[in-house]
Amino acid sequence: MRTIFFLLQKEFLQIFRNRSMLRIILIIPIVQLVILSNAANYEVKDLSIDVVDHDLSSWSRRLTHKLTASGYFRLNRQTFDREDGFRDLQRDQADIVLVIPPHFERDLVREDKVTLQLLVNAINGSKAGLANAYAGSIIRDFNRNIRTEWLALDERNGPPVIAVTFSNWYNTRLDYKIFMVPGILVVLVTMIGAFLSGMNIVKEKEIGTIEQLNVTPIRKHHFILGKLIPFWIVALFELAFGLLVGKLVFSLPMAGSLWLVFLFAAVYLWVMLGMGLLISTFTETQQQAMFIAWFFVIIFMLMSGLFTPVENMPHWAQVITWFNPIAYFVKVIRMVLLKGSGWADIQFFLLVMLGYALVMNGIAIWNYRKTS
Amino acid sequence: MQPIVTNALTKKFGDFTATNAITFEVKQGEIFGFLGANGAGKTTAMRMLCGLLRPTSGEARVAGYDVYTQADKVKRNIGYMSQRFSLYEDLKVKENIRFYGGIYGLGNEAIREKTRQLLQKLEMEAEADLLVSALPLGWKQKLAFSVAILHDPSIVFLDEPTGGVDPITRRQFWDLIYEAASRGVTVFVTTHYMDEAEYCDRVSIMVDGRIQALDTPRQLKAQFGADSMDDVFLKLARGK
Repeated sequence: MRTIFFLLQKEFLQIFRNRSMLRIILIIPIVQLVILSNAANYEVKDLSIDVVDHDLSSWSRRLTHKLTASGYFRLNRQTFDREDGFRDLQRDQADIVLVIPPHFERDLVREDKVTLQLLVNAINGSKAGLANAYAGSIIRDFNRNIRTEWLALDERNGPPVIAVTFSNWYNTRLDYKIFMVPGILVVLVTMIGAFLSGMNIVKEKEIGTIEQLNVTPIRKHHFILGKLIPFWIVALFELAFGLLVGKLVFSLPMAGSLWLVFLFAAVYLWVMLGMGLLISTFTETQQQAMFIAWFFVIIFMLMSGLFTPVENMPHWAQVITWFNPIAYFVKVIRMVLLKGSGWADIQFFLLVMLGYALVMNGIAIWNYRKTS
Repeated sequence: MQPIVTNALTKKFGDFTATNAITFEVKQGEIFGFLGANGAGKTTAMRMLCGLLRPTSGEARVAGYDVYTQADKVKRNIGYMSQRFSLYEDLKVKENIRFYGGIYGLGNEAIREKTRQLLQKLEMEAEADLLVSALPLGWKQKLAFSVAILHDPSIVFLDEPTGGVDPITRRQFWDLIYEAASRGVTVFVTTHYMDEAEYCDRVSIMVDGRIQALDTPRQLKAQFGADSMDDVFLKLARGK
């Protein structure tokens, strides 16, 4: 125990003497939270639309007005020439082009039938899908209004329409930031767990002091605990600091117990620290360690459900996420903070993490050789 | 009982035999010079004796403990100082002393007392609160040596301890070595400086993984008809 105490004392002295380290610890959480959670926004609004109106009738104007009044579309250009629309699509100035054919009003009145054309810039698939869906639903709504007006029926006697009312649970105002902040906190503690621990061990290899430690009576587990515990503490501190920033800046809801979040983080961090330790056992320089850690963290992060829902992934990719520790923590922290999930809801995930931590550290310790 | 005893100690890396069946003894309180050209197998032999490297075959006992089965006991009873590293540059002088004292199991009182004595002996009281990175190389080496024997080991291994410093500082360093040896500490030292070899009680010279000569500097010079250890070394290392 005394040995570990001296090792910890040394590590903390080194961590706090390193000025860039201190800056990293204090500035990264603020930058990541404030910038990333504002930037990583998937709400689609202000789609720019070109309306190619060949009809210029009162009905075509009503349709245009209905689209722009919805709040989703901003009128970029109103023109008679379809080529203008094409050009704007090509120049990325329009996200969507609505082409209203000549005789729109006449055909609507006489033939009861008319065809509109929507051209959607689909470079960004999800944005295109949303643009298409918004425009489609607004046009359908427009269509229904016409029918009720012409049939001179008021809404009550109109053709039967199923009206759906809905309310958003857990994030009532659909605030994207509240969804993102917990996930970004996960990224934060992951960076400290996976990167700093491994790099710190490899640094002792690089400067050669590990040789000196190896001839002392320090035991394997002393050394490992002495290396991992400091970053475990720093990462938990980061989580607390990040939650505080989240609360103050974003009014992050904390529906569930913070103790659960910290309990889960404490176990989760051992997975990441174990990964850092494992990487340090087969790398010789900080550069190598950094690169390998980055490789895994970026894959884990992109497949974690942080930015894109796991449910949208193909089945094989979903199977991979069962082995993705970041995915578990992202899921659990959102469940607890936003939904107020309790012990019963997360205990399975906690068990998985515990198993993961044991396996990861087991392999790392087995791989770590004090004598060659 | 002799502090270091080896019998046909061998280390192979694949097909390459780094240390080929070396057999020697080192006596209590002796300054034992371990010489050889680069790549002759000195460092490998030393690493095996320190419990850092597992021998392929042969026997070795250090401080009375077997290097295969009692590596932990070996480590507890030896001090070690390698050429460049051993102190943490981003820790202060006294923090380094405290750290190494602590991991060798010295109590707080002992650490305080040892720190005081050590700084006094090295005349470094004023530098106690300086970062090691701010010290000149020669001072670092003297400090590293003193830290390596802080826990009063019976043997201290020095791996090219005076590389890159001026002759005066080297002389001062050797005063520290003599002082330790006079207290009964066995000193096992590798060096490339032949004038340092003259300071040793006995010297072994390794060539291609084998010990080709082992005796006092005086006897070696007589044996090879040489004026200095420099000549002895050149004759051995070249004369294949």
